Amino acid sequence: MNKPVNPNELTSDDDGPLYVAQKKVYPQSVSGTFRRIKWGLMAFCLGVYYFLPFVRWNRGLGAPSQAVLIDLPNSRFYFFFIELWPQEVYYFTGLLIVAAVALFLMNSVGGRIWCGYLCPQTVWTDLFYAVERFVEGDRRERMRKDKSGGTLTLRRVSEIALKHSIWLMIAWWTGGAWVLYFNDAPTLVKELLTFQAPMIAYIWIGILTATTYVLAGFMREQVCTYMCPWPRIQAALTDEWALNVTYRYDRGEKRTSVKKAAELRALGEQVGDCVDCYQCVAVCPTGIDIRNGPQLECIQCGLCIDACDNVMTRIGRPKRLIGYDNDINIQRRQEGRAPVYRIVRARTVAYSAIIAAVGGIMLYVLATRTLLDVNVLHDRNPLAVRLSDGSIRNAYTVRLLNKSGYDRVVAIDADGPINSTIHVVGTDSVTPDRPMIVIPRDSTSELRLLVTAPADGNPEKSVPVRFHVTDIGLGEVASATDNFVAP
Amino acid sequence: MTDHSEIDSVTGRATTGHEWDGIKELNTPLPRWWVITFYLTIVWAIGYWIVYPAWPLISGNTRGVMGYSSRADVAVELANLDKIRGDKMVVLGAASLADIEENPALLALARAKGKTVFGDNCAPCHGSGAAGAKGYPNLNDDDWLWGGTLDQIMQTIQFGARSGHAKTHEGQMLAFGKDGVLKPDEIVTVANYVRSLSGLPTRKGFDATKGEKIFADNCVACHGDGGKGNQELGAPNLTDKIWLYGSDEAVLIETISNGRAGVMPAWDGRLDPSTIKALAVYVHSLGGGK
Repeated sequence: MNKPVNPNELTSDDDGPLYVAQKKVYPQSVSGTFRRIKWGLMAFCLGVYYFLPFVRWNRGLGAPSQAVLIDLPNSRFYFFFIELWPQEVYYFTGLLIVAAVALFLMNSVGGRIWCGYLCPQTVWTDLFYAVERFVEGDRRERMRKDKSGGTLTLRRVSEIALKHSIWLMIAWWTGGAWVLYFNDAPTLVKELLTFQAPMIAYIWIGILTATTYVLAGFMREQVCTYMCPWPRIQAALTDEWALNVTYRYDRGEKRTSVKKAAELRALGEQVGDCVDCYQCVAVCPTGIDIRNGPQLECIQCGLCIDACDNVMTRIGRPKRLIGYDNDINIQRRQEGRAPVYRIVRARTVAYSAIIAAVGGIMLYVLATRTLLDVNVLHDRNPLAVRLSDGSIRNAYTVRLLNKSGYDRVVAIDADGPINSTIHVVGTDSVTPDRPMIVIPRDSTSELRLLVTAPADGNPEKSVPVRFHVTDIGLGEVASATDNFVAP
Repeated sequence: MTDHSEIDSVTGRATTGHEWDGIKELNTPLPRWWVITFYLTIVWAIGYWIVYPAWPLISGNTRGVMGYSSRADVAVELANLDKIRGDKMVVLGAASLADIEENPALLALARAKGKTVFGDNCAPCHGSGAAGAKGYPNLNDDDWLWGGTLDQIMQTIQFGARSGHAKTHEGQMLAFGKDGVLKPDEIVTVANYVRSLSGLPTRKGFDATKGEKIFADNCVACHGDGGKGNQELGAPNLTDKIWLYGSDEAVLIETISNGRAGVMPAWDGRLDPSTIKALAVYVHSLGGGK
């Protein structure tokens, strides 16, 4: 129970705001190894994303010539030499498992590599920051311009307008590239430019333009801190050996100014390398201080490493005061022992093994995938029909699948009840005894197949029937089993 | 109305003025936006009455100024559907029944269309899989009362059997018992004779010669010599293994005593010609077609 409160002391029951207000982050530009890696990866990721739809792949006449295409109207997925049908969607399950475990592996080797270098949120936010910096200037300038508040000079207004226009152009291009994966890219580009593309294309471009613009232009680090579940999961999956972007406090503390440090060192005293210059904070895209230890907000992009290295070089101290490290090594160094890095350990070996196993299974299944298939569905109503001469007939719906790029002629045989005959509705005039069917390339054919057996000599209520579909030209065989039942 | 509200000393807010066993309630009015929305919905509803069909009258209802009706919407949808199907159904209507069965694309179309139409119109009697029931023929087998060729099936669908249509199939099983043509013991004898035609066991002491004679005198006219049936009259073949009402002695006695005259309705005029065609092909392709 709450303690009774004197009515005169009652105030409004305001618990304060539910959220901490967003603190605008002004990351400073930085140069160095990790910045170069990030630029490279950004160019690679965006290059793949924006230009992959234009890569061509010859699949023969009549088939789409786009290397990567999700053809929803025809329910086909094309990836270079692979063509998948809707029933093979389990390959994506395999792909997702591999992706998830790869994420775990990255995490146990080098922390949030995904978050810091590869995640679309990071890549696009980084790009948007680059635009912001290009138009409005670096950290100090942007802070000054924002601080001066409402003074909207013509120059300031045009700057803001330019920034948002470039952002919107990038966002629009992002949405535009997305829809190109769902249709022939050159054709769709032509249609889009002449305003003849289907409405759904414009709608999707609109949606993705909006999400890109809002997520990379405004929400930025808030997405990582509040919306994304991975930081929480990552924290639960990590272990003491995983390398994370770490401030080596064993080397950095106690923080001292450059001048004082020089004096103290001259006196032979132990001084930390950190000179409290706040460069690591200035460059941080999530606005945190890495020196406070591992934090949920830290996406481990490595930019503070570059910032600190630059300072350390300038003041003539060894680099990597901030670097990929872990607590074990910090303690070892404090105890005067050499650091140990253990990339190969049970966890990473297990993850690698899972990736290899799932990837191997997927490759095997993909390599042994058949291009001719048959599905048989027994009529449910009626299960069996007695004919006037007393013989019994079962009807089946047979679906033949030709996943190849050429038309096939197939013959259908059935091993079923003794002395049974088979018949496919609609093939009477061609081949009465052994039905022959033409299946056009990359399509399915549905047939009505009848199996008739004399009642005498077939006393059982249910006998298995095996259907064989044989490609007359190539000899490929597909089979399916069902049952033949008596009334 | 007297205002009984007072100011609550603890919170400093007004009360509703009501009191329940000494308990008073603070006055917490609905938010302004909510009240405004509520009034707007009322205004909206009045507008709706004017624009759309709304109030029931003695014969009919108010029509609304826009002249909207959901039936008109359905008509538009159906017209659109016809437009989408357009060419395909025209081709189907123009092709002969035999051509349809030999052209895989047309066959697939006719079967798809036929299956839907069958489900909507025929399934109540013949069952969703056309397996039939007592008195309603199984359309999957190869035994046909009125013929199993494509043309014969289509004719039966169009005009029906004993349907009252001018071109309907006529002919029925007479009530030999009820009308006093045969005596009960004669009926039993001929029923056993009929069973013997298809190799079914007969009653002990059954007189085959007598049965044959009764059959020849009364039944041959429609069912033919040896009971092979006559599709002109819809008289079933009595020598095969398929029985529309059943082959038990008791059922046969009932059939012979009271007669049978099941009705198949005529669909001409109720379904359009290309639909009937699709239906005929569908039934024929179930497997029993001749």
